[in-house]
Amino acid sequence: MIKRANTGHTAGSLSSVDILNVLYNRIMGVTPANFDAVARDHYIQSKGHSVEALYTVLADAGFYSAAELDTFSSGGSHWVGHPTRKVPGVEHNTGALGHGLSVAVGLALGMKKDGLPHRVFTLLGDGELAEGSNWEASMTAAHYKLDNLTVIVDRNDLQITGLTEEVMALEPLVDKFRAFGYAVREVNGNDIPELVEALEGVPFVPGKPSLLLAHTVKGRGVSFIENVASWHHHVPSDEEFRLALSELDQAEAALNGAHR
Amino acid sequence: MNLGRANLDEFGATVLALAEKDRDVLVVTSDSRGSGKLTPFGKALPDQIVEVGIAEQNLVGIAAGLTAAGKKVFAVSPACFLTARSLEQIKNDVCYSNWPVKLIGISAGVSYGALGSTHHSLHDFAVLRAIHNITVVAPADNFETRAALTAALDYPAPVYIRLGKRPMYNLHEPDAHFEFGKAIVLRDGPDVTFVATGETVIIALQAADRLAEEGIRCRVISMHTVKPLDEAALLAAARDSKALVTVEEHSVRGGLGGACAEVLLQAGVHVPFKIIGIPDEYTMTGSQEEIFRHYDITPEGLAQTAVELLAVAAAD
Ligand SMILES: Cc1ncc(C[n+]2csc(CCOP(=O)(O)OP(=O)(O)O)c2C)c(N)n1
Ligand SMILES: [Mg+2]
Repeated sequence: MIKRANTGHTAGSLSSVDILNVLYNRIMGVTPANFDAVARDHYIQSKGHSVEALYTVLADAGFYSAAELDTFSSGGSHWVGHPTRKVPGVEHNTGALGHGLSVAVGLALGMKKDGLPHRVFTLLGDGELAEGSNWEASMTAAHYKLDNLTVIVDRNDLQITGLTEEVMALEPLVDKFRAFGYAVREVNGNDIPELVEALEGVPFVPGKPSLLLAHTVKGRGVSFIENVASWHHHVPSDEEFRLALSELDQAEAALNGAHR
Repeated sequence: MNLGRANLDEFGATVLALAEKDRDVLVVTSDSRGSGKLTPFGKALPDQIVEVGIAEQNLVGIAAGLTAAGKKVFAVSPACFLTARSLEQIKNDVCYSNWPVKLIGISAGVSYGALGSTHHSLHDFAVLRAIHNITVVAPADNFETRAALTAALDYPAPVYIRLGKRPMYNLHEPDAHFEFGKAIVLRDGPDVTFVATGETVIIALQAADRLAEEGIRCRVISMHTVKPLDEAALLAAARDSKALVTVEEHSVRGGLGGACAEVLLQAGVHVPFKIIGIPDEYTMTGSQEEIFRHYDITPEGLAQTAVELLAVAAAD
């Protein structure tokens, strides 16, 4: 997608695609058939720039054909560089950071008012946490005891300029989230069994919003992309593209071998 | 006309040169130094760059405070976020309190193209025009960018300068005169006037070239300052021409075109008139070029509009 369109956010999509995979294939019961209902689980992607991960998972979930992905970022396509509701399966338009959590809080609050048992999940970047709106929304989530809300933070330690701790320090992050009223758990966000186990256990504490701090590797899966800040929105050259695909193919073959 | 660099590149180089000469010059960024072409600045003058993280409201408030402390501050962030998310900080902490912050809108208009509407700033002229005490500038080329930044440095009031990321043709002689609020006439002709701003000025000039081949002679005005508008230049153009077309990389609501209409109507000057920009609809997405083409913000599109207006003028 990114290679064809010559634009996109490579590394942040790779860090978060495992989280999306688990949400859509194991945790939430969202399908094209029930998408129009309020009474179902919901997902709002606040870090909208990792749109390639979302588009891919939604195609896999049957919301549209994978051929649509070939139109990514081309003139007139709805599959633009940040999620919009013109794309089947997308719940909310994002792309400006620091919006998704407030909307997720509103959605969770509305569902609580109607006594619905369903849950709201949202995904935030770690650099994104500098937006003050996240902390305003967090206060509200705790105030209204929204235990139907799970906030997942893609803690890849990087933002565009470099390390989050050098750009605008976040630590001690777990303490901050606890102080704001969340029940917090930490996992390896690129480990599928750990993600499944944690997300099957929400709410972590009844009466509190859940916060899953997912420690991930930005650019996960491709050696030369991993943990390199400049890959945030770098598009691979032909050679890099070939190398990346061959590394991913090898990893897939190794996985298949392990299962046999 | 030779091709220069992107106005954003010109910004990065100019602000570095200004800061090297004056320790009080600071840039403030919100994880935006790469897109603001300030990576060399950060390396050369690490003490003169203040990073606030991804927090645009914070950025503008801090810029106001630094200005209160006697600094000359360029607050640099994507135009879409800077003029929407931080609008209240711009209104109260910068304009109302009169701290002369220099607000730099990165990748303005539809420069971010296929990233979608969250990343477009098609509202910035409109919202800032309604706020007292701010000068709003959209440079057309590297010269206007350099001149606007230099003029902003010691300007006693807030200035907003929006910049794009596509290389621009150089439209001016190096010794051209630049002053906020004073339009620059790039070409003269008695038939149609194009009043354009920012990255659309070159398109208006190319339209004028096409029309010249058909014997239609145009005046082309670079209205680099959208607020305060050069009313005298506008009224003179409307009086001298048979038709007037405004062109901007902005919504057709409330921008340059709206500003011109306000002046013309209230002065009782009537001339066949058309506002070219992005219409009030769900914006088509693609590259900046594809979006311009879709909305006929092209030399052919503008020439066609001029011909249509001349027909209206002839029928009057
Ligand atoms: C309000 C806002 N400000 C700035 C940006 C530009 N931007 C896009 S991604 C990004 C860095 C995000 O870092 P992080 O949240 O850590 O995401 P990840 O590392 O997961 O990609 C920035 C600054 C934006 N999209 N929205
Ligand atoms: Mg990050």
